[in-house]
Amino acid sequence: MGIKRYIATRAITMFAVLMITLLITISLVGSNMDLILKQGVTFQVRSEISENPGIAESFASVDEFEKYVQDQIEQKISNLGLNEPWYSPQRIGITMYKILILDFGNATFLISDSGSSDVKDIILEKLPKTILLFTSATIIISLIGILLGAVSANKVGRAIDKVTSTFAIISSSFPVWWIGMLMIFVFAFTYQIFPARATPEISSSEPGYIGALLYHMALPLITIVLIGFGSWAYLVRNFMVGITQEDFIAAKKSIGISQKKIIFSHAIKNAAPPIITVLALSLSGSLGGAIITEAVFDWPGMGRLYFEAISVMDLPVIIAATYILTLFFLISILVADLLYGYFDPRVRTGT
Amino acid sequence: MSSENFSEIRNQFISNKMGMTGIGILAVLVSISIYSIVSVPPETFQEWNNPGSWILYPKSAVPSWVNYFSTEKISEHKILDNPSISKDSNNELFLNSHQFALNFNYDTFPNDFIYIFSTKYQNAPLVELSVLRPDGIQLDLQRTSLPFRENDSTSEQKIFSTDYQIKKNLILQSDFFQYNIKNKSSEEIIFSQTQSDMPLKGNYVFFLNVYSVDELEIVDSKLVIGGKSYGVMGTDELRRDLAIGLVWGTPLALFIGIVVSVASVVMGLLYGVYAGFRGKKTDEVMMRFNDVIYALPALPFLIILSVTISNSIFVLIGFLMIFGWVGIAKVSRSMSLQIKTRGYVEAAKTMGQTNSKIIFKHMLPQLLPYAFASIAISVPAAITTEAGLSFLGLGDPSFPTWGQILHDASTFGAAARGLWWWILPPGIMIAVTGLAFVFIGNALDAIANPKLKR
Repeated sequence: MGIKRYIATRAITMFAVLMITLLITISLVGSNMDLILKQGVTFQVRSEISENPGIAESFASVDEFEKYVQDQIEQKISNLGLNEPWYSPQRIGITMYKILILDFGNATFLISDSGSSDVKDIILEKLPKTILLFTSATIIISLIGILLGAVSANKVGRAIDKVTSTFAIISSSFPVWWIGMLMIFVFAFTYQIFPARATPEISSSEPGYIGALLYHMALPLITIVLIGFGSWAYLVRNFMVGITQEDFIAAKKSIGISQKKIIFSHAIKNAAPPIITVLALSLSGSLGGAIITEAVFDWPGMGRLYFEAISVMDLPVIIAATYILTLFFLISILVADLLYGYFDPRVRTGT
Repeated sequence: MSSENFSEIRNQFISNKMGMTGIGILAVLVSISIYSIVSVPPETFQEWNNPGSWILYPKSAVPSWVNYFSTEKISEHKILDNPSISKDSNNELFLNSHQFALNFNYDTFPNDFIYIFSTKYQNAPLVELSVLRPDGIQLDLQRTSLPFRENDSTSEQKIFSTDYQIKKNLILQSDFFQYNIKNKSSEEIIFSQTQSDMPLKGNYVFFLNVYSVDELEIVDSKLVIGGKSYGVMGTDELRRDLAIGLVWGTPLALFIGIVVSVASVVMGLLYGVYAGFRGKKTDEVMMRFNDVIYALPALPFLIILSVTISNSIFVLIGFLMIFGWVGIAKVSRSMSLQIKTRGYVEAAKTMGQTNSKIIFKHMLPQLLPYAFASIAISVPAAITTEAGLSFLGLGDPSFPTWGQILHDASTFGAAARGLWWWILPPGIMIAVTGLAFVFIGNALDAIANPKLKR
């Protein structure tokens, strides 16, 4: 299979996956959403009319007035296209087309810190914060992990290897958000070093904002790194140990190349494809933030936005966030696949 | 897989220290589960979220074992429900006397006390509450008659320490005390030394005497001495005994973890092996479907599902399975592609064996070690995901899970208020349970992939 065709098939598959994900999201929240929207319209029409006492006075009887109100509501509903059920192909088609061209519309309830209810504004405000926290945490984790993994692969069975493996196994079974609670308990309340809420109190326009944000970021960052790097080190170590058992390494050993050089120059190069795959996936995974971790630390990122949107059933935000997350995820799978193919040509020829 | 192969795996597993530690922890967890199912009746845990059923318990009490480690002994919350009963009568009057012995050895005063009893009576019996202190002083606390009743009818009566009458009676007896007791609460007076307002240690006896013209029976007689420490695990802000929640969380977590992981692994294995075995178009279609599920953001979807569809624990288990089988299907498909090309599978095919027979007899057994390792490894993920959802407040309200305890802890600001006994134990339980399965899984993994051991 040629590389072009390979990329094309992957891209088409991913597009299909993206569409299916969207469709599932819409169908899960659609019915609730219609109800909420219709109630919103009713409320809006009634409050408009009650603000204008003249309208009510111009009707002779209450029934006539009620009929007028109902007509107004129905007209507005059909203007918005809500008279058709959410699952009508037309409405789903329009919704999906709009999302494809990144037109997410306005949020129903949530607003951005700057007061805009445009979903795009909200997401553009939250995404950088998630990138700041989780992506930097992921990078730190992977750097420590690769280094520590390589070191323990060099000294398999010795103390450092055993400590790393044990730490990896133990740390991976603690939920990050629980460690977060403990960290808040210890470092925010018992010893008041860091703030308990990770959202800075000052507004984003003030000069000290960046500093405040970084200071508030410290505790979540430490927590995520602490829980994350162990399993990374373990993973890298296992990749490397697997490679050092291959014949070409044995051959290099037999011609007298030192163990250290083999590990840090030959083995690590060959362990690169799987490591890069994991890195790409965890980087994209980090963009979603961890919903629960952000909830614990009250970090104003994508994860918390997602949870808030779901708890008030703000459909445009839910769909947009799902779309963005899935998009990043798929792109990173694609990139990881391509990188894997680039580093390890065997993949391209096989199925 | 032949039987000697099995016993070989067993021997390898037994020689693996980590795996055996995992089995040991699991055994402890299973015995906790059995203990909780046997000894804590389901009615108790179903009452977990009903504040009315925890009214006799203290609010945010520390575990009572803390007293062993601190110099200041914090008064323990005690529910005395086993009085020694004596009855007496002369021809006109019947006396029912309930005596509660209390060994009070603490450095802080009790919070309060409540006496609760039910009785079936006629007319208006006289109720008298008094206490005999370690220093021999007898204090009269309450002397009152029950509301008049013409017919026999059962009613529950409560005497609270905050009752103004008790305070009044104590002030009448203030001669016993050498300091001013006017501004003290009733329990502080009753449990204080005569010279100063320090707690008096020793054995107290509370007497409840009921005088009536007709013979009557006192049932459900309970004296609650309110304290600031309680039980093995303490209580939370809603007065719930955390030990019950923690103990009941164990079978629930094991149930969720094991059901989800076994079901996902079986599903994934069958799916993957079938796709790999059929190959060609079938494989292509099945794997694309697999890709779709794989690309769904799992946690957001779980949240949407539990908000929109149901937050029942059984529905949640189903949802967790939907996201659980995907990775296993991928791996087992690629493994089955390798196995397919082996001679004996080809041979079976040429001999004309049915597809299902080839899959079940020749291919699946080869994947069993991998399957067992995956089952063990995917248990913690299921448990932490459920705990996480519960932590966000999306848990099943009819079962107390560890995640829900942590959710309540976070809602009531346990971290800010230093209620460590509310935060630490549930998380440790989650981690220890996860650890047990990770240990077992790693040991099995080392057997399935001997390369990593070296």
